[in-house]
Amino acid sequence: MINNLSAKERLSIAREKMPEQDAALRSRNFAEVNLGLSLEQAMREAQRCLLCKSRPCVAGCPVEVDIPEFVACLAQGDLAAAAHALMRDNALPAVCGRVCPQEVQCEAKCVRGVRGLPVAVGYLERFVADWAMANSADLPGPPATVPSGKQAAVVGCGPAGLTAAGELATRGHEVTIFEALHDTGGVLRYGIPEFRLPKGIIDQEVRRLIDVGVRIECNVIIGKTLTLGQLREQYDAVFIGNGAGLPVMLGIDGENLKGVYSANEYLTRVNLMGAGQVFDSATPILRGRHVAVIGGGNTAMDCVRTARRLGAERAMIVYRRGESEMPARVEEVHHAKQEGVEFVMLTAPLAVLGDEAGWARALRCQKMALGEPDASGRRRPVSVAGSEFDLPAEVVINALGTRANPLLTATEPALKLNKWGNIETDERGATSLPGIFAGGDIVRGGATVILAMGDGKRAAAAMDAYLRSA
Amino acid sequence: MFKVLENEVLAPGLHRLVVEAPRVAAARRPGQFVIVRSAPGEERIPLTIGDADGASGTLTLFVQAIGAGTRKIVAVPPGGFLRDVAGPLGQPTHIENWGRVACIGGGVGTAVLYPLAKALAEAGNQVTTVIGGRSAEFILLEKELAAFSAEVRVTTEDGSRGRRGFVTLELEDLLRNPARRPRSVFAIGPVPMMRAVAEQTRPHGVATIVSLNPIMIDGTGMCGGCRVVVGTEARFACVDGPEFDGHLVDFQGLADRLTMYHEHEAQCRLAHAGGGMP
Ligand SMILES: Cc1cc2nc3c(=O)[nH]c(=O)nc-3n(C[C@H](O)[C@H](O)[C@H](O)COP(=O)(O)OP(=O)(O)OC[C@H]3O[C@@H](n4cnc5c(N)ncnc54)[C@H](O)[C@@H]3O)c2cc1C
Ligand SMILES: Cc1cc2nc3c(=O)[nH]c(=O)nc-3n(C[C@H](O)[C@H](O)[C@H](O)COP(=O)(O)OP(=O)(O)OC[C@H]3O[C@@H](n4cnc5c(N)ncnc54)[C@H](O)[C@@H]3O)c2cc1C
Ligand code: SF4
Ligand code: FES
Repeated sequence: MINNLSAKERLSIAREKMPEQDAALRSRNFAEVNLGLSLEQAMREAQRCLLCKSRPCVAGCPVEVDIPEFVACLAQGDLAAAAHALMRDNALPAVCGRVCPQEVQCEAKCVRGVRGLPVAVGYLERFVADWAMANSADLPGPPATVPSGKQAAVVGCGPAGLTAAGELATRGHEVTIFEALHDTGGVLRYGIPEFRLPKGIIDQEVRRLIDVGVRIECNVIIGKTLTLGQLREQYDAVFIGNGAGLPVMLGIDGENLKGVYSANEYLTRVNLMGAGQVFDSATPILRGRHVAVIGGGNTAMDCVRTARRLGAERAMIVYRRGESEMPARVEEVHHAKQEGVEFVMLTAPLAVLGDEAGWARALRCQKMALGEPDASGRRRPVSVAGSEFDLPAEVVINALGTRANPLLTATEPALKLNKWGNIETDERGATSLPGIFAGGDIVRGGATVILAMGDGKRAAAAMDAYLRSA
Repeated sequence: MFKVLENEVLAPGLHRLVVEAPRVAAARRPGQFVIVRSAPGEERIPLTIGDADGASGTLTLFVQAIGAGTRKIVAVPPGGFLRDVAGPLGQPTHIENWGRVACIGGGVGTAVLYPLAKALAEAGNQVTTVIGGRSAEFILLEKELAAFSAEVRVTTEDGSRGRRGFVTLELEDLLRNPARRPRSVFAIGPVPMMRAVAEQTRPHGVATIVSLNPIMIDGTGMCGGCRVVVGTEARFACVDGPEFDGHLVDFQGLADRLTMYHEHEAQCRLAHAGGGMP
C-alpha cells in the first residue's frame, strides 16, 4: 500500500517539475504554457505528502480543500476518490489548479517547505481536476436536489457568481445569473489569457452549472437593464459578484495618446474578442514593436506576455519597486523571463511622449531607489534626481490595477459602501439590504479567484439559510 | 438573441432597424445607447437608441453602414437575429425648458437627434432644427422633425437641397440674430461638425451639448477605452456621457483616437471587396 510509505521514503522523493512548452516557441503562440503532469509524475508527487495530522496546508487554503485526503487518494491511484474529495470543497478546481498563488497559500504552509520544496499541491489539483473533466461521463453526476421553491438572482458571471450559483442550485433553489458582457467567466475569460487558462475549461465549468439547472442570461447590466430594486422584487434573494472592473488611470501626460491602453481594454480585446489570436478577428489590436507595460501584478504579466505573443520585439515590464516586491505570482514572473520579457525595475513612468500624429512613441521614465518601508510593509520607492530617461514604446499598457465599478452601486444609494466604493458585508456576505448578499472583488477590491469563490460559497450558505427561514 | 422586426433603408447606407429587446425598451430614456454584436466573433458596436416602445418591447436603431461591423448589422433581414443587444447604457439626456433651443444634426446624427429634439419640444422649448448632409438623399427625417420644430433648415454640401454648405452657415444666422439666438444648442453628427458648432457658439456663450462617439468595448466603465478629455479630466463616455459640454471637450484628442484602427479597417474593407486579407 503506497500510503504506508515511511516518512523517510517520502522525504527522499524530489519535487516534480511541470512539463511546459518550449519558451521560444510558446512566446509566439497562445497555447497553454504548462502541459500538466503525467499520471506517474502526479502519483510520485502525491507520495511526497506526509499526510500531516495538523493539516497546515488546509489552513492555508481559503476554501479549505481537504488536501491530504485528495492527495492520498491520488497517491494510491484512486482518481475518482481524489476528484470527489477535491470537488467537495472547490467548485472550479481546474481553474484554481492553474491560477491560484499556491506559493503564498497551501504550499506556503506545507511542512515539506520548511526544509526543501513544498508538495506541489497546485499541480496535483490541476491533474485531478483535468482527469475529472476528461472522465466526467463515468463519474457520478450531481446528487438529485429537492426544489425549494425559492428563486435567487446572481449578478456577474465571474468566479464569485459562478460559485454562488452552483452552491444555491445544488441546494434546490432556482438560480439565474445576469451577466453584463456577452459571455461568461468574468476576469477568467476576459482577463486571464488562454496560455494560462484555456477558455475550454471555463466552458466546461459553465456547462456543469447549466446541467445542475442554473440559468445564465448575458447582456443584462444590473443597474441599467434591470435595477437592483427590480431584482429584489422578482427574486427571493440576490448575490452581487460584479467584480472590480474600473481601471485606475495613470494620471500622467499623454495617457490618451493613440497606443496607450488600460490593461482591461487590451486583455478584453484579445481574450474576449479574439483580437490578434483569430486570424481574421473583427476586433483590432495594436501590436507594436516595443511595448511597455506599467505595473508588477498578475495583470501586468498577462499583458506583457500577450504583447510578446502578438509579436513585440521588446516587451517590457516597467515597475517602480524591485522584483521581490512585485505582487505577481512567482511562476508568471519566471515564465515571462523565459519568454524574453524585459524587466525594467525601480522605474516610474513620468509621461507618454507622442509624435505629431498623436501616436505614442516613448515612455518617459525616472529611476527609483528603495527607501523605508511604507504602510504596506514594502519599502517605499523614492525618485532619484536627474535620472530621467526615455524608453521607446509604441504601445503602452497601464496595468496599475482596478477599483470597484460604481455602475451598479451608484443606482442603489441604500446599499452601504466603504470609503473605496466597495460593498460592505458581514463575514457571511450579507449587505446592508435584507436578502442582498455580495462577495468577490466588489467587496474586497482586486483580490484572487479563490477568495472570490470562497465568498460565493459562504454567501450561498447564508442565502440558503435566509431563503429557508423566509 | 434579439429579433429584427423591421429593416428599412432611409438613405444610401443608412438603415432604420426595429429590434425586439423588451427589457432595454422598458428601461431606456432618451440619450442612451446599446451595444450590439451581430454574431459571435463580431465587434461590439455602440448605437444610440433612436426610439423605444415599452409596450411592444422594441427599440428603433438608426445605423449607418460605414465599416465591416455596421455592415453586418444592417445586413440582418426582418425575422433575422442580432446575437447581442446590451443596454441601455450611458446617461439620459438632461431635458429642461430653456426657452429657445437649436438642434443641429449631421448625417446619421440627425436620426439620433430626433428623439432628443422631440423631448425638448415636449418640455416646452421652441425648437429650431438645422439638418445637413452631403446631398439631398442624405437628408433625413425632415418631415418628422417639422412636426414639432418651429422651423427646419436644411443644408447640403452640393446644394442639391436647401442651402449649399454646412449646417454652421444656418447656425451662424441664428446666433447673429438677437431675436432668434438659442439659449442652448444640441449638436449630433461627425466629430468635425460638432467641433465646428462648439467653436461657433463659444464666443456667444451659448451652452452647447454634443454627443460623443469614441471607440467603446464594454460600455460599462470597465475597459477605459472610451475616455475623452473634458475640461482637464479624463471622462468615460460610456458611463459619464455620451453627452458632454461641447465647450470643454478635447475634440482633437477624440478625433485622433478615432483613427487608431484605420489600418485595420482598410484591411477589412479590402477583404470585403474580395481582395482577401493581406
Ligand atoms: C488580468 C488579470 C489576471 C489575474 N490573474 C489572477 C491569478 O493568476 N490568480 C488569481 O487568483 N487571481 C487573478 N486575478 C484576480 C481574479 O481574476 C479576480 O480576483 C476574480 O476574478 C474576482 O472574481 P469576481 O467574481 O469577484 O469578479 P469578476 O471576475 O470581475 O467577474 C465579475 C463579472 O460581473 C460582470 N458584471 C460587472 N458589472 C455587472 C453588472 N452591473 N451587471 C451584470 N454583470 C456585471 C462582469 O462583466 C464580470 O463578468 C487576475 C485579475 C486580472 C484582471
Ligand atoms: C455612444 C455612441 C453612439 C453611437 N450611435 C450611433 C448610431 O446611432 N448610429 C450609427 O450609425 N453610428 C453610431 N455610432 C457610431 C458607430 O458605433 C460606429 O460607426 C461603428 O462602431 C463603426 O463600426 P464599423 O465596424 O462599421 O466601422 P469600422 O470600419 O470599424 O470603423 C469606422 C470608424 O468608426 C469608428 N469606430 C470603430 N469602432 C468603433 C466602436 N466600437 N465604437 C465607436 N466608434 C467606432 C472609428 O471612428 C472608425 O474610424 C455611435 C457611437 C457611439 C460611441
Ligand atoms: S502540509 Fe504538505 S506534507 Fe503536510 S499534509 Fe499538507 S501538503 Fe501534505
Ligand atoms: S467602453 Fe469601456 S470604459 Fe467605456
